[in-house]
Amino acid sequence: MSPPQVAARLAMPLVPSNPGVREPELMPRQKALIRNVNFFYDRFQALKNISLPLHDKRVTAFIGPSGCGKSTLLRILNRMYELYPGQRATGEVLVDGENILAPGLDLNLLRAKIGMVFQKPTPFPMSIYDNIAFGIRLYVRLARSELDDRIEAALRRAALWDEVKDKLRQSGLGLSGGQQQRLCIARAVAVEPEILLLDEPASALDPLSTQRIEELIAELKDDYCIAIVTHNMQQAARSSDYTAFMYLGEVIEFDETERIFTHPAQKQTEDYITGRFG
Amino acid sequence: MSTYARRRIANGVVTCLSIGATAFGLLWLVLVLWTLIENGIAAITPGLFSQMTPPPGSAGGLLNAIFGSVAMTLIATLVGTPTGILAGTFLAEYSRGSRFGEVVRFINDILLSAPSIIVGLFVYEVMVVRMGHFSAWAGAMALAIIVIPVVVRTTEDMLNLVPNALREAAAALGSPKWKVIVMVSYRAAIQGMVTGVMLAVARIAGETAPLLFTALNNQFWSTNLNAPMANLPVVIFQFAMSPYADWQVLAWGGALLITFTVLCLNIGARALASWSTFKQ
Repeated sequence: MSPPQVAARLAMPLVPSNPGVREPELMPRQKALIRNVNFFYDRFQALKNISLPLHDKRVTAFIGPSGCGKSTLLRILNRMYELYPGQRATGEVLVDGENILAPGLDLNLLRAKIGMVFQKPTPFPMSIYDNIAFGIRLYVRLARSELDDRIEAALRRAALWDEVKDKLRQSGLGLSGGQQQRLCIARAVAVEPEILLLDEPASALDPLSTQRIEELIAELKDDYCIAIVTHNMQQAARSSDYTAFMYLGEVIEFDETERIFTHPAQKQTEDYITGRFG
Repeated sequence: MSTYARRRIANGVVTCLSIGATAFGLLWLVLVLWTLIENGIAAITPGLFSQMTPPPGSAGGLLNAIFGSVAMTLIATLVGTPTGILAGTFLAEYSRGSRFGEVVRFINDILLSAPSIIVGLFVYEVMVVRMGHFSAWAGAMALAIIVIPVVVRTTEDMLNLVPNALREAAAALGSPKWKVIVMVSYRAAIQGMVTGVMLAVARIAGETAPLLFTALNNQFWSTNLNAPMANLPVVIFQFAMSPYADWQVLAWGGALLITFTVLCLNIGARALASWSTFKQ
């Protein structure tokens, strides 16, 4: 927010006149703090001493050239790397003050709290309904009507309801790529996570579907803390509030997106966003 | 001669050779089927399915042998399929990159290509000799040992085809590993796994060698799994070698029956596989 905007916001009454309209919070709350994180694929060190915050109800974008470690960083936040032997992380990631890299933490509960959407749409080989019910049924046992409601709400949240409401029993594999990706977002949202991790969610989609996903991100950030990996800089500029520019496993610069894209402090950042390398 | 003309000629020659080789292979298959049908069709009568194997010179059918084959194949499949699927699941989902997994996979491949007569001898040694007599149980176990490596291999291959992204997506929702496997991996691979089981059944349906040393044969109707049991492959073997014309006709009939059954199983497996690719 620029200084005049802040001044204007301060001049407004503290209690919004229309309680139905959600006012953007002036000061974002810090949801997660990545502190001195290192990451290793066997002996290769992929991340070097990463530290940065993630704010609640804000979108943080990780940008940088291929192989810079941005996806790796994202996969630390729900400890996805634990699926593979030989990968390990050191340091701390505090989510609401709790270190999620601590040993002995229940990974399933962690992942239920921190949802993830992947680059390629990954609908499960089951009906649209069951795709979303899968995650819900893992942790709560609901009556049929309640489950129906939750599924409808999730699909509405992902702007997919109108397109699929008449074919909930059909296979999720029959949807188009963009619809499949929104189904995956609905599936992630249905388990009511607190943080959403998006790993290049639109890079396999056409421009129109990409636009829909970006609109969706803009809506979802009212409720979630969102971290997005993208190598599309326009996308980062359009949809994020904060941006971390990464290069060779290090965070070169982290700041408000507006600042990164207008007045980057580092020469490397400027070179990258102006397309001079990477 | 220009390079292009040379390539065109080379292309023509290789195409002709390929078509010729295919025709040569198919010719024998057609001849085998034709001989089977020509000689066996006479034996396909209602009596074949309702009467027991006869003594030489009298009329009869193959009912006891058909029952024995079905019973032992069924038991072998019931034993071999769960074992094979669980072992295949272990290899594909739990032992990735581990040395133990490599060793298991290697041994399974050896078992897969082991001559079936060796399997028969092994079961003879550990079951028949200790029990003191031939039995349908021993026959079914020998067949199960043949089923297991086939199912292990196809299960593992099919599970390896399931994209890792799908497993990650399920895990990212907070799903425990067993649920990822049962709800997502199995669902994605189920058609291929069923195809593998059907191919294994097709293979054991015609196996003779492992049954010679285990179930042996029985001229009479018997449902006692603790006793020798008639079965189509051994009956065919015995009847075809005999000098009696009516036994030989029955052997042709049995051969036609097995071939037809195996053919149906293979077509079923194919149909299932293509149905799955169509669905995806």
